[in-house]
Amino acid sequence: MSIKIGSKAYAERIQDGIDNSFMRKAVSSAQGRFRTGRLKAAEELGDWEDWRTLGEEIRSHTMENLDYYLHQLSEEVEKRGGTVFFAETAEEANAYVQEIAKKKQAKKVVKSKSMVTEEIGLNEALAESGCEVVESDLGEWILQLDEDPPSHIVTPALHKNKEQIRETFVKKKGYTKSDDPVELAAFAREQLRQDFLSADIGVTGCNFAVAESGAVTLVTNEGNARMVTSLPDTQISVMGMERIVPTWEDLEVVVSLLTRAAVGQKLTSYITALTGTRLEDEVDGPEDFHLVIVDNGRSKILGTEFQSALHCIRCAACINACPVYRHVGGHSYGSIYPGPIGAVLTPLLDGYEDHKELPYASSLCAACTEACPVKIPLHEHLIMHREIIVERERMNAKSEEIMMKGFAKWASTPAAYKMSTKMARTALKPWTKDEHIENGPGPLKGWTDQRDFPAPPKKSFREWYKHREERRNG
Amino acid sequence: MAIHNREAFLDKLAGRLGRPRRTEVAPPSYSVRPQERVFQGATQDELVEKLEAQCEVIHTSFERVTLSELEDTLRRVLNGYGVSKIVSAGGPRIETSGLVDFYDQLRKEDYEVQIWDEEKGRQNVEFAEQAGAGIVFSDITLAESGTVTLFNDRYNGRSISLLPETFIAIIPKSTMVPRMTQAGRLIHEEEEKGNPVSSCVSFVTGPSNSADIEMNLIVGVHGPVKATYIVVDDL
Ligand code: SF4
Repeated sequence: MSIKIGSKAYAERIQDGIDNSFMRKAVSSAQGRFRTGRLKAAEELGDWEDWRTLGEEIRSHTMENLDYYLHQLSEEVEKRGGTVFFAETAEEANAYVQEIAKKKQAKKVVKSKSMVTEEIGLNEALAESGCEVVESDLGEWILQLDEDPPSHIVTPALHKNKEQIRETFVKKKGYTKSDDPVELAAFAREQLRQDFLSADIGVTGCNFAVAESGAVTLVTNEGNARMVTSLPDTQISVMGMERIVPTWEDLEVVVSLLTRAAVGQKLTSYITALTGTRLEDEVDGPEDFHLVIVDNGRSKILGTEFQSALHCIRCAACINACPVYRHVGGHSYGSIYPGPIGAVLTPLLDGYEDHKELPYASSLCAACTEACPVKIPLHEHLIMHREIIVERERMNAKSEEIMMKGFAKWASTPAAYKMSTKMARTALKPWTKDEHIENGPGPLKGWTDQRDFPAPPKKSFREWYKHREERRNG
Repeated sequence: MAIHNREAFLDKLAGRLGRPRRTEVAPPSYSVRPQERVFQGATQDELVEKLEAQCEVIHTSFERVTLSELEDTLRRVLNGYGVSKIVSAGGPRIETSGLVDFYDQLRKEDYEVQIWDEEKGRQNVEFAEQAGAGIVFSDITLAESGTVTLFNDRYNGRSISLLPETFIAIIPKSTMVPRMTQAGRLIHEEEEKGNPVSSCVSFVTGPSNSADIEMNLIVGVHGPVKATYIVVDDL
């Protein structure tokens, strides 16, 4: 697999998404729950905006000094008995991991969920080297058995119902019990235990590396990352080069932002920070540790107007806030990174050619930007993409038509839009609930019959743009 | 042990950032510090109360005892879980808290108890995999999230808190802090003093769980299914 998933055309993917009513219901209820969790967590803290400011400052400082911190990280990892490999491309990263597998004569690899390994297609590379690869995150395990791509960053198997999951277990693993989630999970636990105990290599991603100590941190609820890093003798962690913080003090801030923004938890069940190999007097943990730091197109974003896209901490808050994602689901984006951040990141990493529709998969309502715990101006990035697509690349994207007929017309009619920027927030108040509008009046009716409509942002894009132009000119 | 391809990789990043490679960076001063405000000025007892309330949220049983009550409480908790095979972290703390004698007593009563022992190597892990309960001491306890911090080492193997079906953490009241901020700061300060962090720091908040099947919360998908915290007032 690479960043791109499937070969279906954009319009077809969208139609599949719209036709899949189970998925749409699941997505909408998950969005609701995650969103409520996030808002509740923010409210509990009381000073969420300060937290976001701090998150943004930490991320920008780190990105501005990325070369320094990656240097420090690699020194520390080496001091603690680990090996570090800097990989420019997916191929280089995969070849390095294949080489380790070959040296270890590995037959079985257990993995904990990792987006960057999806992005570089590591599973296929390992399979080529004759390794059986087992995804150990419950959702990923289900998808792997069913050969299906993930559709959400936090809950990858969101689009599957329990009957489908049971069927997969029956077909692929000889499961005999019911479709009760507890029984299904108990079966997975039993099966996966055996894999953990017999694996030669454990592969993980990395939520955040800590430069000052060389730690690789994994944030999970299931604890599978702890299994993957405690039991096999060899551990390989693969990280996108931007997934780093300077110190442990910074780590705790971004971890707190991540868990609250993702699911509304104060902390997840497990946050595990692993540094190098196990010490001489320790019994469990790896005796051989490798950190693979991957560029794979990320450096092209540094120093550009899109640099803040690298601040992303993969919490999925923007995805959960997005009305378009709600409508079409994760697969429609054709990328392992769905939703607003996917629409921003995918063309940056993989070029416009295959992804020129993605920046149009947005209503520019700015719900994503408001949700982002590190204040990435996602909708502004989407607008910049559109400008580039139209002006520089001279490509033609038909998405607005396909994506949201009625809505697009309303939003792109200057008079209507202007009216909305001035009046909508007040006028729509009676219908606004929890940031969204249900059962909207007049022109919104058709849309809200099917789905919630995002409440207009406090400042509209046009206002923002005008303001920006004024600032620029004056 | 080695570092491959570093220089060209980092040179390129510096080039993209439009400047030469940086070999020094002044620690940034951030404009806000909201993390300091959480439970600021709370006493140890107030922090224990916050912890107790949070235990409800994280599906974890809560006990609060004095050192002299610890043994009876542990026995009650173990029996409640129906557990007779136990793996425990070792080290000075099980001695000062009197657990060594308690474990000896349990052994006489047909419990199987193993204290983590590096001499036994991999056998520790196999035992933990079969054990019904794993018992550890918390090194730093975060009141806000209900988290125990474990600096895994020769006495406290990673498997103890992970493989058995139930997880029991003994929490000295003296380890209570408001939130992860204080744990992060402590590790940062130790790093600065040249005391390297443990090879594995585990922040554990209740039992293992997942919401991967139709968003239903299921506990114990990989790690422990049940968890109990026992706060010891005079430790
Ligand atoms: S862009 Fe922001 S909200 Fe979206 S996943 Fe990244 S950090 Fe979270």
